[in-house]
Amino acid sequence: MPTTLKDQAAIVGIGETEYSKNSGRSELSLASEACRAAIKDAGLTPADIDGMTTFTMDTSDEIEVARAVGVGDLTFYSRTPHGGGAAIGVMHQAVMAVATGSAKAVLVYRALNGRSGARYSEGVSGGPTTSDLIHWSWYMPSGLMTPASWVAMVTQRYMHETGCTSRDLAEVCLAQREHAVKNPRAFFYQKPLTLEEHQAARAIVEPLRLYDCCQETDGGSACVVVSPEMARDLPNPPAMIRSVAQAAGAHQESMTSFYRPTLTDLPEVDLVARQCWEMSGLGPEDIDAAVIYDAFSSIVLWQLESYGFCKKGQAADFIRDGALRLDGRLPTNTHGGQLSEAYVHGMNGVNEGVRLIRGTSSSQPAKNEHVLVTAGVGVPTSGMILGQI
Amino acid sequence: MAISGSEREAFEKQLEAYVGLDIGLEDIGKDRVNAAMVRHWCEAMGDSCGAYTDPALAAESVHGELVAPPTMLQAWILGGVGMASDESDPRDKQKELHRIFDAHGFSGVVATNTEQEYTRYLKMGDEIRARTVIEEISEQKATGLGIGYFINTRTTFRDQNDTEVGWLTFRVLKFEIAEVPVAAETAETGAPSRPQRLRPAMAHDNQWWWECVDKGELAIQRCSGCEALRHPPRPMCGECQSSEWDFVFSTGQGTVHSYVVIRHPEVPGYTYPLVVAVVDLEEGTRFVSNVVDVDPGDVEIGMAVQATIELVDDEMKLPVFRPA
Repeated sequence: MPTTLKDQAAIVGIGETEYSKNSGRSELSLASEACRAAIKDAGLTPADIDGMTTFTMDTSDEIEVARAVGVGDLTFYSRTPHGGGAAIGVMHQAVMAVATGSAKAVLVYRALNGRSGARYSEGVSGGPTTSDLIHWSWYMPSGLMTPASWVAMVTQRYMHETGCTSRDLAEVCLAQREHAVKNPRAFFYQKPLTLEEHQAARAIVEPLRLYDCCQETDGGSACVVVSPEMARDLPNPPAMIRSVAQAAGAHQESMTSFYRPTLTDLPEVDLVARQCWEMSGLGPEDIDAAVIYDAFSSIVLWQLESYGFCKKGQAADFIRDGALRLDGRLPTNTHGGQLSEAYVHGMNGVNEGVRLIRGTSSSQPAKNEHVLVTAGVGVPTSGMILGQI
Repeated sequence: MAISGSEREAFEKQLEAYVGLDIGLEDIGKDRVNAAMVRHWCEAMGDSCGAYTDPALAAESVHGELVAPPTMLQAWILGGVGMASDESDPRDKQKELHRIFDAHGFSGVVATNTEQEYTRYLKMGDEIRARTVIEEISEQKATGLGIGYFINTRTTFRDQNDTEVGWLTFRVLKFEIAEVPVAAETAETGAPSRPQRLRPAMAHDNQWWWECVDKGELAIQRCSGCEALRHPPRPMCGECQSSEWDFVFSTGQGTVHSYVVIRHPEVPGYTYPLVVAVVDLEEGTRFVSNVVDVDPGDVEIGMAVQATIELVDDEMKLPVFRPA
């Protein structure tokens, strides 16, 4: 039995639906289509799949997807909570299953009608009385009910403490849009964005403006995780998982950790970063490109600090001269990210991480030995480092 | 209740006599078709067509001169502010018809649709007059507004040469206003008269706190084991694991630690832009709520604020902050 998750599994297949604002079909249909594509890309058949995992927020049950796709017996299935924080948490589950022999080939998926169906931008409200709803009840009466409002609260304090401005946030959006313009899957394919347009756009929740917020998308995204031995015999170059980790931090709330001694601290992201570096034996200097979770522009800056690409409070300086662009120090969100490609809860980012390792991104950096992929911020979260086999 | 039986028969026979009648008055335009009224109309409607307002462009157009927008047709004969007066010309058959409806309980009136047709463009200096005929009165209809009758009129517009330049039809519904007024109905069912804010879910761990708010107090949970204050409330102390607790009341004094100005989406029951702040209370815990009676642009981190507990809608009390 392995004592580390380092190099215990690889991503061998990726698949997705088209990304749109109105899919015209069920989330189960999107999930099934993404899964079928991922299995085909892996060079496997549905009968080879014996594990499945997704987000607690996904509405398509594993066994429903299994029946639709033609997957037979399952020896592993699981769910990961906390919205986008689960984006790499599901990978963590898949790697553990493969490493321990609980499953040989795990299908990871996420599909949602995020624009034509339930829109996260509309905020939280009623439902069964769970500890989760009690939690939201501290914010519903005053109207602090949407992801944008929760992230804006921390962003305001971060800008106050570091001197980061809205124009600095814009650089995240502009760099990613530059990538999306070249990506045919992206909503903003061939639609560039200027600093002036970013600054002139309406405020959603001050200090966040329209383009600081991710899209709402209908779509599905999936990948297949297998052992390195199995990966070697499959058609596509595998993306080895050098390290993968989850973490919740002290005084953690889901999106509203407003009571920590330092409001802008993200101990859970720091803890995922520490595990990723320790497990892989790598450091920030070894990372050639990144897929950094971007539900909002400001959270990209905070992660750059937590992962050690720059010092705390200095992310705006780090990116100001184009570090996130294709010829920069750390080409980031080369698919356009969730701001400009699509919002599939970070699972589209996993697929982009695999493309970067394969060398097939529409904005492919010259160097691609190691790629960092991260998950949601403000929630218990997760991250992984991908590498060449 | 709508009239019925012989009373209704007599009423409808009375109505029949009006079908086909000219209303007895001619509407004569108070002003000739003129550039000033056209310009005002175009500004109000956002119509920038040069043929209406730019003499040079109009001269080069197919019209060869300035013309009026066709949809202004009715504007040339409207009565102006005087239309709002209750007094009406006793010869006006249309008003007379409406009074008959009123007398039989059909006092509601609502315009439902209009159609227009234009024979030619009107030019500056044209003199417009119009006559109106009551074309049709429908049989009794049950509508969403109540039981009533549709009245169709047709107005024909002519110029100084008595040549027709266009017409419009106009349809109104005269209806019986529902007996139970809307306000009384909601009072009966207890439904609120305006959208309310989202209510907190209540359970063991937080209900006591909201009960304190209802009594006018901003409470802070206190561990009975180590006396640490904590918010939001939890059933166990994270410091010493004691499950025993009581609470203290906050003075409500604090400073803004961070804040947001919410502009989108606008949820019914809340007023936008909506300011929400994380406030450092002087007791050492934080509390999240609205900052009110302040220009959003004037809120800043470090600003001193004072909480008071007040109704934020018809029923819900909430501690909210104001600049201290």
